[in-house]
Amino acid sequence: MALLDVRDVTMKFGELVANDRVSFTVESGSIVGLIGPNGAGKTTLFNCITGFLKPTSGSVIFDGADITGLTPYQIARMGAVRTFQVVRPLKEMTVFDNVLVGAFLKTSGNREAFARAAECIEICSLESLQEKPAGELSIGGKKRLELARALATRPKLLMLDEVMAGMTSTEVKVSVEVILRLRESGITLMIVEHVMEGIMPIADKMVVLDGGVKIAEDAPDRIINDESVIEAYLGAKYAQRFKAQKEGGLIG
Amino acid sequence: MQRKALNKKDALWLGFVVLLALLPLAPVVAANSFHMHVAILILLFASMAQAWNIIGGYCGQVSFGHSVFFGIGAYGAGMAVVTYGGTPWPGILIGVMLAAAIAVVISYPCFKLSGHYFAIATFAIVEIFHRTFLVWDWVGGALGLDYPLVKEGLKNLMWYDTKTGYYYCALILFLLIFGVVRWLEGHRFGYYMRAVREGQETAESLGVNSTAVKLAAMALSAALTALCGAFFVQYNLRVDTPMVMSLDMSMKFVLITVLGGSGTLVGPLLGAAVLIPLQEYSRALWGGLGGGVDLIIFGLLIILIVVKQPAGMIGIIRDIGKRVLKQKSAAKGDSADGTP
Repeated sequence: MALLDVRDVTMKFGELVANDRVSFTVESGSIVGLIGPNGAGKTTLFNCITGFLKPTSGSVIFDGADITGLTPYQIARMGAVRTFQVVRPLKEMTVFDNVLVGAFLKTSGNREAFARAAECIEICSLESLQEKPAGELSIGGKKRLELARALATRPKLLMLDEVMAGMTSTEVKVSVEVILRLRESGITLMIVEHVMEGIMPIADKMVVLDGGVKIAEDAPDRIINDESVIEAYLGAKYAQRFKAQKEGGLIG
Repeated sequence: MQRKALNKKDALWLGFVVLLALLPLAPVVAANSFHMHVAILILLFASMAQAWNIIGGYCGQVSFGHSVFFGIGAYGAGMAVVTYGGTPWPGILIGVMLAAAIAVVISYPCFKLSGHYFAIATFAIVEIFHRTFLVWDWVGGALGLDYPLVKEGLKNLMWYDTKTGYYYCALILFLLIFGVVRWLEGHRFGYYMRAVREGQETAESLGVNSTAVKLAAMALSAALTALCGAFFVQYNLRVDTPMVMSLDMSMKFVLITVLGGSGTLVGPLLGAAVLIPLQEYSRALWGGLGGGVDLIIFGLLIILIVVKQPAGMIGIIRDIGKRVLKQKSAAKGDSADGTP
């Protein structure tokens, strides 16, 4: 059974239709990439799933329960936790305390929460920064903090909104490793990403949005052959390069 | 290493508390009941500011409505003694619980507003309570309540000969409220309050029910504030609306905390230790000018702090500490270079 089942979600802002009857599923234990050009409605869809927006119509089923219209904290408590595209550090709190807030979701005990926070700090390589106020981190650091904080809540489904944007290529590599490790540990991931070399090699499935409409939902190597996706988003050059790399075994 | 540092801090606090406990025995203080009076007020206002600090500092919801809770606590004790002729204790208990309940009822709609709008709404609430209590005969109306002469002691929470009894009550109040905040700082609820202050949506995305956190923080803050109000009226032996339930009183909660450093454990004490002596001694010195000198100084100090160091006095102290550390390390560097 799918862990997340998005059914005909439509989100309208007045006359503007940001999401138009979008449906897809996220299988338990998989990595699903959500891509599309700017303004395609990816973040809006994220907001609809995580309760920050209430969809105009359609429904979202998570872990067998209808979560449409629940509040963000209720959805987070059920195990679907997100990061923000525009990073939102709790600025005056230290990096460690930021992560600790996440860790307190599953336990009120200090010892357990501190241990969980330390673990997530380590996974995201933030040890050297943990005593700093979160507001002082570089953009890459803040992105990693978003990940660590969400991870600390012990989610079933982790939803990452462009965590690799603005990262150096080394940082991207580290993030990809982290994401693979998370999947190993049993977390299902849904990832909005523009950094194709980050997401394409690791995703089990890609969902492509354009103009609020889902134009494709398929495995990455089939997505790159999809004419409509190439036209809307990838561009012919990228598709060729990706195929060449794939055949040459350069990615992985 | 972290544990060691903590112990050092604890020892510092313990030493400070012992010092406070011995203060009434100091000749300078014992000989002059006015000094004692100032010491009591410092402890009381530090406690009030700390109670406010829970919702206003840690949780980031600036309330100008705290004189309402202070007043409810004061009227609770006052009416138990004056209207019903008993001991203040049942009145204190009812006042504290009522303040928490009223805090939840009036905050719930106000929390739908954010930032400045929340603060403005709390202004209006003080005015509503102020006007109502002024014309409400059951609570003494505009005349207020004057305490009768009763036997002194802990049972009636009243002393006439010396202020020592009041001093120790104030000290217990202070330790209780600082203890509560100290405990909160290190536990889940304290982290949640700060998370709500720093970013409500972020907190929600991590499973924090921000409305519940704010309401609980407000209820706790109001209950502790009411306790302070009860002590105040027992010390003052009179309660009337303009004194306890007014914007003037509300402002003091905010000013002391902001001056000292809001959202910090020491801030409220620092603020009270500076503002209260200023208020009391200037009143004693220049009271003949018609009052208000202390308020002028208050105002100037606040302007200075807000412009120079929005983190309050604690921020200034931290800055100085950093500068000293820098100089020390710089001096070390010089001597290393200087010696051939």
